[in-house]
Amino acid sequence: MFETLILILDSTVRLSTPLLLACLAGLYSERSGVVDIGLEGKMLGAAFGAACVAYLTANAWLGLAAGISVAIGLSLIHGFASITNRGNQIVSGVAINFLAAGLTALLGQAWFGQGGRTPSLPDGGRFREITLPFADSVASVPVLGPIYSGLLSGHNILVYGAFLAVPFTWWVLFRTRFGLRLRAVGENPAAVDTAGISVTFLRYRAVIICGVLCGMAGAYLAIAQSSGFIKDMTAGKGFIALAALIFAKWKPVNAMFACLLFGFLDAVAIRLQGQSIPGVGEVPVQVFQALPYVLTVILLAGFIGKAIPPKASGIPYLKERT
Amino acid sequence: MTAAIELRKINKSFGAVHANKNIDLVVGKGSIHGIIGENGAGKSTLMSILYGFYNADSGDIIVDGQKVTIADSKAAISLGIGMVHQHFMLVDTFSVLENIILGAEDGTLLSGGSDKARKELARLDADYGLKVDPDALIEDLPVGLQQRVEILKALYRGAEVLILDEPTGVLTPAEADHLFRILEVLRNQGKTVLLITHKLREIMAITDTVSVMRRGEIVATRKTSETSMEELAELMVGRRVLLTVDKGTAAPGAPVLKVENLTVTDARGVTVVKNVSFEVRAGEIVGIAGVSGNGQSELLETLAGIRHPKSGTVTIGGEVLDLAHHPVDAAGMRAKSVGHVPEDRHRMGLVTSFAEYENAILGYHDDPAYSKGPFLNLAAIKEAAKGEIAKYDIRPPNPMLKTANFSGGNQQKIVLAREIERDPSVLLIGQPTRGVDIGAIEFIHKRIVELRDAGKAILLVSVELDEIRSMSDRVLVMFDGRIVGERLPSASEGEIGLLMAGVDDARTAKL
Repeated sequence: MFETLILILDSTVRLSTPLLLACLAGLYSERSGVVDIGLEGKMLGAAFGAACVAYLTANAWLGLAAGISVAIGLSLIHGFASITNRGNQIVSGVAINFLAAGLTALLGQAWFGQGGRTPSLPDGGRFREITLPFADSVASVPVLGPIYSGLLSGHNILVYGAFLAVPFTWWVLFRTRFGLRLRAVGENPAAVDTAGISVTFLRYRAVIICGVLCGMAGAYLAIAQSSGFIKDMTAGKGFIALAALIFAKWKPVNAMFACLLFGFLDAVAIRLQGQSIPGVGEVPVQVFQALPYVLTVILLAGFIGKAIPPKASGIPYLKERT
Repeated sequence: MTAAIELRKINKSFGAVHANKNIDLVVGKGSIHGIIGENGAGKSTLMSILYGFYNADSGDIIVDGQKVTIADSKAAISLGIGMVHQHFMLVDTFSVLENIILGAEDGTLLSGGSDKARKELARLDADYGLKVDPDALIEDLPVGLQQRVEILKALYRGAEVLILDEPTGVLTPAEADHLFRILEVLRNQGKTVLLITHKLREIMAITDTVSVMRRGEIVATRKTSETSMEELAELMVGRRVLLTVDKGTAAPGAPVLKVENLTVTDARGVTVVKNVSFEVRAGEIVGIAGVSGNGQSELLETLAGIRHPKSGTVTIGGEVLDLAHHPVDAAGMRAKSVGHVPEDRHRMGLVTSFAEYENAILGYHDDPAYSKGPFLNLAAIKEAAKGEIAKYDIRPPNPMLKTANFSGGNQQKIVLAREIERDPSVLLIGQPTRGVDIGAIEFIHKRIVELRDAGKAILLVSVELDEIRSMSDRVLVMFDGRIVGERLPSASEGEIGLLMAGVDDARTAKL
């Protein structure tokens, strides 16, 4: 029983990682006032870019760099549309989702001819699990041993990176000048402008950070969790991350717990696939797959109180002509 | 006296609109300089140029004898120019301290700047008496204190020249007085204050020098001690205006509107109108005075059918309405001959993206005069709109123009025309002249008095005590949801002011 729990929690961590990276990406963007429904597309584009370069160079780090570059590129498109040209941020985000879904499948087929897949990665093209010190030797210690060696140890670098990004993001937001300005520009850009700070530059920096984190999320899917890109491999994770962000009320530590919760539901769903629950019988796996969404709707409907987004999010900043 | 700021031949256009024409202005160091003008005269544009929000098309700015270019707000701040905007530039969810240091953080990390700001705030409190809790959230502070934070923000950045854009628009009379005292302290400590307003009284009360703007130009600069309200009003409008309301004594008839024991709760369940009773007779104007937020808005909305009371009755022309149990909606109240000019014309009175003629029948679109079966009778509507435009001197006289493109005064006239022309027996009017220029105020006041003389019952709600006192035949004062007293309009400002602050009759009697 205990071992099963460790296994489920272990896969919870793995499944939460891309959600968490994407969720933090959305947090930076939305805290600056730029709504980003294109997280999904950026992740997908990044996954494809990472897989291609990792396959060609057999270097996971170059793959990661490529993934991040692709996501930043898409972020800049979103920024150009919604910050510089003050376009509708939802439309721009949706366009990015379509663009990424179509382009990755098209290019994948054109370059590799495997139905939109990229070929399986060579050695070195994939991020490997890291075994923390003494993991093997303490494995036999009751309770704490399995937690350390089974749960905390044995993940790849991106998993650790994602969870370290949580306190780091908190620190950036609430303890640094950049964070103060970022939060301010999402609430009242005019206040930032009159304080002599460029709203445009600030928001561009936010969407670039969003790109970096989406890039990591995409790379994680393609070259850490799996060994290569599969068509539409993000499978709605960008949207779940967005739900988690609302659920977390745009706060980094809450975001981590929200993503872990969604990851946990996913892990349970996988675990229960094809198994029958006593007294209920076999539950279709779709029930569990639908749970994160059902949960979001229920929780948003009143259990977590009002989720108030940054006041200026979604609204392009225009100097008012008085 | 040396000049803190000098503007020479400043020009600024927005498209075809020449917002500032050849502006010459000298602001003396250590003085309070007022700039007065009607809405749209170009005051705010000029100040935005000085603060680097807009760049002038041509002209020179001289600060402390040096010719400077102010490309953005950052440049203005570094030249020692600070601005308190009409709509505060504060982040509501931030603490006072966070707002103060935003843009002046002093390093990458916040800790150093915060400590410095805390000390500096204590010093500013000691020097100028500007007390405020650095850890309070802005959204929890009353507007008067929010404004103080704006002033502190400017002083923290080392402002020598402080620009205040319509600073008293959101303040109670007491808060405004307090602000003026602060401005005097600032001046006495050598700071220069530029006060932009359209209120003549403020100019007379506080400034040393005043410049009048009209249609983008400075038409006159006077020493305040050598001018008068009448002269300034004439300069602002370009013709003689009556500052006092010219009305004869009322000849009230039978009660038309009678309110008994009305109690109203808001959406959160808080009781906002508490057991209010009064009556308005035909041919009289009853004014409700009070600081904004003491239940007047809710009372007005209840009588207009927008809100429903918890208990109490309203009698209109003899018909007793038990609104708590048999609610009547806004259309129903209109059908009972109750006209309503809402307090906030943008939120409730108009759809600003509609054309003028569409707004002219808003709420009356079911009237058979304006419809042909299920369709609107556009020809009839436009005809009626043209009639109102002519009668109320609405400018520009174009019923097809988008309502947002009319000035505040003309928008208000559109609402007023719509309600008055239906010939209601009761007219509810909220803030009839908020954001309206002097010329239009004169017109609107005249219309309301004419309506009274035609034997209508008028209930007037306004936060402008001057307006209440000059328009009303009787004054009721609301505080904390109750009517705390009734006075004649001839009662002194101080007496009504005390009631507005909640010092009620019983307590006054004890004192």
